[in-house]
Amino acid sequence: MLELREIYKTFNPNTINEKRALNGLNLKLEEGDFVTVIGGNGAGKSTMLNAIAGAWPLDSGQVIIDGQDVTRLADYKRAAYLGRVFQDPMMGTAADMEIEENLAAAYRRGTRRTLRWGIRAKEREEYRNLLRTLDLGLEDRLRSKVGLLSGGQRQALTLLMATLKKPKVLLLDEHTAALDPKTAAKVLEISDRIISENHLTALMITHNMKDAITYGNRLIMMNNGQIILDIRGEAKQKLTVDDLLHQFSLASGSEFANDRALLS
Amino acid sequence: MNIMNLIQALPGSIAQGLIWGIMAIGVYITYKLLDYADLTVDGSIGTGGAVAVVLMLAGVNPYIALLCAALAGAVAGLVTGLFHTAFGIPPILSGILTQLGLYSVNMRIMGASNKAINVNQYDLILSLRDIPNAILISVIFVIATIAILYWFFGTEVGRAIRATGNNENMSRAQGINTNIMKVFGLVLSNALVGLAGGLYAQYQGNADVNMGRGAIVIGLAAVIIGGVLFGKIFHNFALRMCSVVFGAILYFVVIAVVLWLGLETTDLKLISALIVALFLAAPYLKGKRAIRRARKGA
Repeated sequence: MLELREIYKTFNPNTINEKRALNGLNLKLEEGDFVTVIGGNGAGKSTMLNAIAGAWPLDSGQVIIDGQDVTRLADYKRAAYLGRVFQDPMMGTAADMEIEENLAAAYRRGTRRTLRWGIRAKEREEYRNLLRTLDLGLEDRLRSKVGLLSGGQRQALTLLMATLKKPKVLLLDEHTAALDPKTAAKVLEISDRIISENHLTALMITHNMKDAITYGNRLIMMNNGQIILDIRGEAKQKLTVDDLLHQFSLASGSEFANDRALLS
Repeated sequence: MNIMNLIQALPGSIAQGLIWGIMAIGVYITYKLLDYADLTVDGSIGTGGAVAVVLMLAGVNPYIALLCAALAGAVAGLVTGLFHTAFGIPPILSGILTQLGLYSVNMRIMGASNKAINVNQYDLILSLRDIPNAILISVIFVIATIAILYWFFGTEVGRAIRATGNNENMSRAQGINTNIMKVFGLVLSNALVGLAGGLYAQYQGNADVNMGRGAIVIGLAAVIIGGVLFGKIFHNFALRMCSVVFGAILYFVVIAVVLWLGLETTDLKLISALIVALFLAAPYLKGKRAIRRARKGA
């Protein structure tokens, strides 16, 4: 479903701030894979998602989505295949627009925008039903501006927007990190439900090792722009946080350097 | 300081405010909807005036001349849009470059720095000789503009333009080509500015290469005054555009009062700049005061 081949990306090349963020990254996702991604600060997790989404040109390597090479496709064109939820709840929604307008924008992802009216009546019904499944009381607030919502509500809405048109791959970039623990748990639960109900292929970055173990059918660990650990199926179900820390020091030859991951 | 002089000047201020209101709606599109401070307008309003007057002097129907004025404005917006999106020039600089270039273009179009058109010899749509009629005609243009824009910004493309101005990151993630939407917005905005230029040149009976100097400030003044006075009560998009036009009318009324108080016409630019600075500063200072109060309370 998604394949990354030998991807290299260096930021600020030939300067004092040079940073090789992706270092020959390879990854292949099967259809229906729900992969959790962990790794220390600067390991290349977010950079990997940005490479898939096409935020900037790669130095070398290929991104293949559903058999199609999209390496040279602009980010807004790739959006047809991708659903994205960002760490910052402000980033995924348009604050000055209504809930239904945000959903309508997502509904038209991958289709040509025309001079037809921007929302049709039957869409509203669909949006209302989908919002009801979130159980956040948003189904009666279709005409409210998104800026009035809480961070958790905005992330849940972004999640709906990302999956309204079934994406080939869903990219979740620490999408619960900015929320309080209770809200984070709820948004994570909603994510898990949407992914399994729609049989989505998903990549989820998390700083919480327990969540990384609990959710998904596969776990990858990154370090220095590469994948150093790839555990799936039964082996993943038996994992513990201590295992992961041990495996990390074996694979990388250093201590796991992410305070948040250790504290949570 | 006869109050009657002021009262007699007011209908003219209203007519001017209505015509500049169309221009201010153009500024509203870029400044508020696209979040793009577009300085092209200082040049494109003159282009609209120049095109309209030159075509009418050549015997072209005044409505077709106005249409051409709008198209000329649209081309100016397209140039700014391409400077920014295709060549990566920052928004404000893109507008300044187009505006500067348009000075030469406007001179070329007119062949002189000023071109008069006499209402007695030509069939103008509106003129300051007949202010009640000028008010009526500009009200019709304002209503038509607002109606068309209300429809347009409700369509898929119109909403995509608003989304682009509101959150570019979200827009691209939802498959919107934000560069094209910015260009669309600039084209539409400057088409309105060109139209307003064509109307204003007829109103005052001439097109002048300097007629657009400081136009952006008048446009911003209208947008900001309208927002401050009516922002809390007008939420509907059509009403927001109305508030911009009210802002423009109010601006010209204030100018009339200032002139009546004895200031020179050449003082107006300074006064305009101060009015805009005042209204821009107000929300910032209010915010600071609120923070200080909150600190004292805590």
